[in-house]
Parts: sequence; C-alpha cells; structure tokens
Amino acid sequence: MLDTRYRVEIPGGINLEAQVVGPIPRCFAYAIDLGIRGICILILSLVAIPFGAFGMGGGLFLIVLFAIEWLYPVLFELFWRGQTPGKKLLGISVINDDLSPVTLGPSMVRNLLRTVDFLPLFYLLGLISMLSNRRFQRLGDLAAGTLVISLPQSAKAVVIDDIAPLAPSIALLRTEQSSVIDFLQRSQQLSVPRQQELASILDGVTHDKDDDGVDRLHRIGAWFLGVR
Amino acid sequence: MKQQSFEEQHQELWLQIEESLLKPTQGDSSKVLAEHYMLLCQHLSIAKERLYDAALVERLNNLVLGLYRELYRFRSETRLNLYAFFKRDFPLAIYRHRFFILWAFIVMVLPGLVIGTWTYLDEDAIYSVLDPSQVREIERMYDPEAGKIGRERESETDIFMFGFYIKNNISVAFRCFAGGMVVGLGTLLVLFFNGMFMGSIAGHLTRLDYVDTFYPFVVGHGSFELTAIVFSGAAGLRLGYAILNPGQTSRLDSLRRAGRDVVPMLYGIVLMLVIAAFLEAFWSSSASLSIQIKYSVGAVLWALVLLYSFSGRRYESR
Repeated sequence: MLDTRYRVEIPGGINLEAQVVGPIPRCFAYAIDLGIRGICILILSLVAIPFGAFGMGGGLFLIVLFAIEWLYPVLFELFWRGQTPGKKLLGISVINDDLSPVTLGPSMVRNLLRTVDFLPLFYLLGLISMLSNRRFQRLGDLAAGTLVISLPQSAKAVVIDDIAPLAPSIALLRTEQSSVIDFLQRSQQLSVPRQQELASILDGVTHDKDDDGVDRLHRIGAWFLGVR
Repeated sequence: MKQQSFEEQHQELWLQIEESLLKPTQGDSSKVLAEHYMLLCQHLSIAKERLYDAALVERLNNLVLGLYRELYRFRSETRLNLYAFFKRDFPLAIYRHRFFILWAFIVMVLPGLVIGTWTYLDEDAIYSVLDPSQVREIERMYDPEAGKIGRERESETDIFMFGFYIKNNISVAFRCFAGGMVVGLGTLLVLFFNGMFMGSIAGHLTRLDYVDTFYPFVVGHGSFELTAIVFSGAAGLRLGYAILNPGQTSRLDSLRRAGRDVVPMLYGIVLMLVIAAFLEAFWSSSASLSIQIKYSVGAVLWALVLLYSFSGRRYESR
C-alpha cells in the first residue's frame, strides 16, 4: 500500500506524523523556481550589460549567476522555513528527517547533490531514487537526511449540529465506535452510493436499507461524539 | 470525556495557536511556545488514547508539528560560529578526511604529472588533450609579451575575472563533490580530467619557455585553489566510500553519516575558493609585480595553507 505518512517519535513522547510529498508536486515546485530563476537572470543580464559585459557588470553578473545556480535553494530553505517560492506555492516544505526545520549543512548537501539527481537527464536518477524508497527521498535527500513534507492545510470541521444523536442499541468496542465516527466525519468526501455501500455492510445489525442505514450510522456517530 | 466536550474545552486555545502559527513572531514568545507545545503533546496523546476521531487527531498532530517546527527553528548548529569553525572544525574535518584527501591528491596529480611530462617532451602531445583553439588561447594568455597575464580574451577588468573564477571554480568543486554520490566515480573523473588538463598545460607552456609568466601566475592562488579542489574530491570520495563500505551500519545510515561529516569540508571549500578567486583576479594577473615577489608570496601562501591543513590532529579525541 502506498502510505505517505511518516512517523517520528519526538520529545514529548508522542509519534508525530507528517505527509511526505511525491515527485509530481515537487516537479511543479521545481518548475516554478526554475521560471523565477530564469526571469531573475534575464532581468539581471539586462541591467548588467550596460555596465560592461566583460567588465564590472559582467563580473557581478557571473557572481549572481553562481548564487542563483547554487545558493538560491539553500538560502530560501534556510531563511524561509524550508520553502523556496515554488515550494511555498505548492504548500510543501523541506525538513530534517527528525521533522525539525532544515539546517544549513543538510540543505547544502541536498542542493549540491542535485547535480547527481539530475543525471543522466531531467532528474531521472532523482526520480528513480524517489520511487524506490518510502519517503520519496532523492539522492540528495538520502545523503542529507532530509525529506519534503506537505504542510498541513487547516482542516475544515464537519458540521454535525443538525444530526439528531441516537444511542446504539448494542454496546460497541472503542475501535468500532471510532470507525462509526470516522464514517460520519468522512461523509462529505464520500459519494452517496459509496456511503450506502459501506453502510450496507452492517445490514445484518441495523436492518436498514440504503439511506436509512447511512442516516442511522450518522446519528450513532453523533452520539459517540458526545452530541446529546 | 466525550470528544465534543473535549473539543469545546480547548477550542479557544487551539484556534489561538493556529492563528499564531500562521504569522509567527520572533523570539520573545519562547516560554509560551514551550508551554503550548507540552500542552498540545498532551492533548494529542489524550485524543489518540481515547480514540477520538481521525480529523481531530490530525488537527492536533498538525498543531504539534507546527509548534515543534517553531520550537526547533533556532538551534545552535544553525548559527555558524566562524571562530570555532576556522580554529577547530575545519582542520578537524580535514584531519578526519586525510585518507580521502591523499587519494584525491594522487588521482589528480599523478595523471597531471604523466601528461605534463609527455606534453613537455612532445610538441604535438598537447593536441591530444586540448583542441587547437584552446591551445592558441592558452598560449596567448601566458605570452610574455602580453600586458595582463592569464586573461580571457575579451575581459577588461579584474572584477570580471573574479566573477568568472567564482562561478567556474566553485561549480567545478561542487560537481566534483556531487560526483561522489555515484559511488565516487564522478569525483574520480573530475579529479582525473582536471589533473590531466592542468598537467598538460603546465608541460606545454614549460616547453614553450613561458615559465616566467605561467608559474608566477599560478603559484599564488594555486595554494588555495588546488587544495580546495582536492578537498572537494575528498568529500566526494567520502560519500562514495560510505556507500561502498558501510561497515556495521546500513548503506543508507552510512551515507547519511557521511553527508553530515562532509559539511564542514563544504563550508571550507567555498571559503577557500572565494579567496582563491580573489587572489587569481587581483593578485596573480598583475604584470607589474616582480616575479620574485610573486614567488615569495606564493611560497608563504602555500606554507600557510599546508600548515593550516595539518593543524587538525590535536582536536581529534583519542
């Protein structure tokens, strides 16, 4: 199974979870960054040439070119909480593999090793590496001990106020209770036929069909949540 | 306690923290931050233990993650202590990489010496390494008749050359390091070809008797530049070796460890190459300085770099 959850036990004695990010969003983020860098270089060259293409302007241009080529990701990851502009747009972030913010050393290692990930063409090695481990780490990430996670979106709460709670007719185990609650919480992400299908598993217990079954489960879920 | 009352009880705090995580303030709130972190850790474990629903657990998990990232944003290792770095960390890293440095040195210098001897003895040998236009360009650069030495044809100022050396040399060093990830092969190739390239030019120019322009030019910045390239090779070989011979750990752990160990080398390499580019652009290229001065300054620089490079042993714990 493709499980993108990454768990670390942190000080505080709990297992913290983060969602690692696969190649596709990272490609988009990279493409955006590439565009930004390209535009920067273009503007810069227009500014620099009047100051002497092979003199002062050219010299500074080459230094900035070097910075854009090698330091752009490092500086952004360091001072912008693990995000380059592209990553920021995609809502993803580089992080040390203990889920602490990425530091200078690892950021440098992962970005210098980009050269190898790029080989032989268009990040093929990096892609192979990402697809062959559970954390979608490219070679640079493996050496640096970093990974890319998706930053949590603020989850929208499910409105359950308009559901009349209903006490279950039989006692349920805690795990069973939590599945019923999960069924309620996820009802907005599931299509109606799928909900009916899931509810019909309990046909033998609830003796309800289709919508009635779904409805009953929702009401029991509300009860378990503590609505009275 | 039912989930809903639990949520109602803490809702306000959670919302407040979620708000504050969106626009974090600097520093001063660290005590509050730590308190919130502990509290939220507790809430998360309660929610998990009581099997509250997945949405709540996820929300609390995200809160803890955000607080955790905020809490560990400023760590001592993110502040680079320059004094400690130059005094101890960099020399120690050099000492710990000594075998890799030795190998990188051999792989670069040996082919250089062989090809150099060949191009010194044989007039046409240089053309099997470089193409004729490159040879002409190099001959022109070190022509004793020229006003400035070691310049690309169009360049007008030292600042241009400074930028040129920064971009070129540091990129070469970075690639040399990165090549280590391909079990060291990339690094070996970069070192080998750079050695061959430099050796062939040195041999050829010596044969042409451009000795008084070429060697005084390279002796100064060469101390920093060649050493830094060898160091970057060593860092690359360290990665490659970690993959090939992980010892008691897994290959992945071994690689990660190497990735941490080479970091001081990388900082050092960048700094050395910036110094080298500065010397090369503003010092080495000057034609007005006498050869004696250039050789003596070059000798001093080499002595400093070498003394420094061998100063790390005392910091190794035994």
